[in-house]
Amino acid sequence: MVSPFKDKIFRLAKRLLISTEEAEDATQEVMVKLWIKNEMLSELRSMEAMAMTMTKNYCLDQLKSKRAGNLTLVHNNYTDSQASLQQKMEDVDSWSWVEKIINDLPEQQKLIIQMRDIEQYEFEDIAKTLGMSEATIRVALSRARKTIREIMTKTHNYGIG
Amino acid sequence: MVLDRIEKLIESYLEGETSIAEENELKVYFSSSDVAQHLQHYQSLFSYFSQAKEEQFSREILLPTKKKNNLQMWSIAASVVVLLGAGTFMYLENNKSDDFVACSPEDNPELALQQTQKALALVSEHLNTGIKSVRYINEYEESKDKIFK
Repeated sequence: MVSPFKDKIFRLAKRLLISTEEAEDATQEVMVKLWIKNEMLSELRSMEAMAMTMTKNYCLDQLKSKRAGNLTLVHNNYTDSQASLQQKMEDVDSWSWVEKIINDLPEQQKLIIQMRDIEQYEFEDIAKTLGMSEATIRVALSRARKTIREIMTKTHNYGIG
Repeated sequence: MVLDRIEKLIESYLEGETSIAEENELKVYFSSSDVAQHLQHYQSLFSYFSQAKEEQFSREILLPTKKKNNLQMWSIAASVVVLLGAGTFMYLENNKSDDFVACSPEDNPELALQQTQKALALVSEHLNTGIKSVRYINEYEESKDKIFK
């Protein structure tokens, strides 16, 4: 019964953790937590918001514990970006290039772009999930969108020139 | 005309002021084939958004709470079976050793003799085990005498 938003959880987790495998683990973890809490949640809407918040918290925790000194992961990240760089060389205009730009944004902007531009949540819901005011989210979103545009225009011009 | 509106929408999109409906309008525009030259670099952005929403979680979800309960139930069932089995075995073993039948020698001398022999055999068997352990002590005594003459 929680399955309608398992894909959303997975996409959000993947946005933050980048690796598909880790995102799958995170989804699994969040779904189990949701399952345990299941009885307390009657409304599906509040459940979805809660799922998103839990995913966000879990992934950020995950990232924090890794940054606290796991050298192998730094190495993994390195090879990961290397791979997408190669892909980028192959076809500059493809989606993976956009993905790369988004993945390079700060975590908070990544979250907001994912929830607004991809999942199309209302600002009200995003504000609830992230525990921020709607105004702050609009500002961060605008900043993220402008950064993406800037990088894209730059590479676009490179292509022409 | 359409271009004007799209440009305006992009402007407010970048400011984070568009509604979901307006953003969908942009997505529709950029998914069409005739996008204005100077806006073309937005195309990959909006098509990426649409494509990214399609990605699905493919792995099956394991819910361990239910599984754990099952495991507990199974272990309880298994231990009950084992205990029952052990209990029955012991019970049968005990019954086997003392299946003496009460009888009087007058009525059935043959059976009485049999029973007596059986009883005596049992007694001697137990005695032998007792003697066996005593023999060890004798052995010990002998070797002790050899050393401390």
